[in-house]
Amino acid sequence: MSRKTLFARTPGLKAVPTSYCPGCGHGVAHRLMAEAVVELGARERTVAVAPVGCAVYGYDYWNFDTTEAAHGRTPAVATAIKRVLPDRLVISYQGDGDLASIGLAEIVHAANRGERITVIFINNANYGMTGGQMAPTTLAGQVTTTTPRGRDVNEAGYPLKIAELLATLPAVKYIARGALHRPALIRRSKGYIRRALEVQEAGLGFSLVELVSICPANWGLTPVAATQKLEEFMLPVFPLGVIKDEAAASAPAAAETPPEERA
Amino acid sequence: MTGPGFWKGNEAMAEAAILAGCRYYFGYPITPQNEVPAYMSRRMPEVGGVFLQAESELAAVNMVFGAAVAGARAMTSSSSPGISLKQEGISYMAACELPGVIVNVMRGGPGLGNIAGSQGDYWQATRGGGHGDYRTPVLAPHTVPELVELTLDAFDLADLYRTPVLVLSDGLLGQMMENVSFPDPGERRRAGLLRGRELPPKDWALTGAQGRPPRLIRSLLMGPGELEKHNFHLAGKYAAIEKEEPHAEILECGDARIVLAAYGSCARVAKGAQRRLRAQGIRAGLFRPVTLWPFPQRDLADIARTVDRFLVVEMSLGQFIEDVKLAVAEEKSLKQVKLGLIAKPGGAVPTEEEIVAQALEMLR
Repeated sequence: MSRKTLFARTPGLKAVPTSYCPGCGHGVAHRLMAEAVVELGARERTVAVAPVGCAVYGYDYWNFDTTEAAHGRTPAVATAIKRVLPDRLVISYQGDGDLASIGLAEIVHAANRGERITVIFINNANYGMTGGQMAPTTLAGQVTTTTPRGRDVNEAGYPLKIAELLATLPAVKYIARGALHRPALIRRSKGYIRRALEVQEAGLGFSLVELVSICPANWGLTPVAATQKLEEFMLPVFPLGVIKDEAAASAPAAAETPPEERA
Repeated sequence: MTGPGFWKGNEAMAEAAILAGCRYYFGYPITPQNEVPAYMSRRMPEVGGVFLQAESELAAVNMVFGAAVAGARAMTSSSSPGISLKQEGISYMAACELPGVIVNVMRGGPGLGNIAGSQGDYWQATRGGGHGDYRTPVLAPHTVPELVELTLDAFDLADLYRTPVLVLSDGLLGQMMENVSFPDPGERRRAGLLRGRELPPKDWALTGAQGRPPRLIRSLLMGPGELEKHNFHLAGKYAAIEKEEPHAEILECGDARIVLAAYGSCARVAKGAQRRLRAQGIRAGLFRPVTLWPFPQRDLADIARTVDRFLVVEMSLGQFIEDVKLAVAEEKSLKQVKLGLIAKPGGAVPTEEEIVAQALEMLR
């Protein structure tokens, strides 16, 4: 009887367990990113930048060269790496506190310069590592450790829609928002990541994939209840889909639909 | 472009960085160092390098971090308020053991201060500057030709020790023009602060894990005892720098009754005063540290064996004098020493006349 391997660990990840909380989206996002890198045959020429926040530990799991960056400076660090090594695949992996709050200037300007980097942006509507404080992406009325009565938009503002905001910049060539809580959505998110990396490989400009994710530990919910909450409250504010794809027109190679999209 | 001639300090420093093989410059506008980014924006494309005007001082220094991660020689420059912002990146570079050069064309402070040359950032430069237990080598030129030489040296020391290195210029030095002939970088490597030492290969740089295990650059060390161990490792490196790298210019201290101590632009005035004193038949010497950290402590302590009058001249309110005291105290009790201070904050510059007058007063 012959056996065929249908599913295996991607060589883009090290063979170690992650330290993320049960239900956390980072593990899934890491895997999608690693798979996409491997599929492009780029594992040995990828340099990743890990943020400050839970995902700093990405460097323990990704099986490629990785550096840490100071909080929010991830796109600045990635910019310089790409300028020094233009033929490498450079990925900046950031959370919502890192990218949308303390590093807002860095992400806007890296995007506006059209840096040939890809940003994987995890939006879980709070600061994870520090214990669930309000993030720029926290929903109106959402209770966090620093909005105990719920986020009051009159005082603390509205959730910042980064993908839509960055999509207005001409040097941004690809932006999509995916999710990680259902198999079909996971497959679609993988396609987005793959496409974003192809945009970088084709040298077209800046690309970013926002991944809406749950943070059960800090939301104080079970993973299942957190998923329901995400569908009910987050997705209406952060709708899924391709927000901008200028790569399709300018680069036929990058426009090819990844197999995951067809599945 | 690199021929001998009359060069402005800021531009000569920028050209020296290019001579040193720096091909990545990241900067942000601030007076009095605006000639540096302007020069780099013209010059870098000519040598196949990258000039990038960053969105902030924070971004600029973290771009230096990124370029260093990828194994390149990179630089940023700024002036005092901007250097305060860069401390984040400098601390991370020190922690991650990344080489890079940061030039501070000092101006008056605190706060926004003014745009005149000053030396108010001495403590910030020599004591670490950012958070955590670290030091950075600090090179303090006093002429434009020396600014050129020390900029070349800064890149070599950064690579030798895998550390950020500060070049402490100031508004006077940055804006003045002097005759410069650019040294051959290879020759400078033999004759300069590197003293011909071999630079280690950058076998830690991130270039993509081709045919080798992935590399990691980080400063987060959460495991039990990990950070303590790393801090001791850094301390070992700093001890080696303190042993090997102190450098000072010492003029006529052997028979001196009084020694003037000054660095940077301020030392130009002190030199003039020392010459005037000698011309009057007063046995005056001059101690001018070229490296502020590591401070040439032993050199000054040796001088203190035979000298018990020191006049410190600084364009700040008594910062540099602390290192002078520490060094002199290695040799004798400060009670046995007459220590004078001419302190000029906020962009004021001492005059030769007032230095001479105070020296004569101390000898009375």
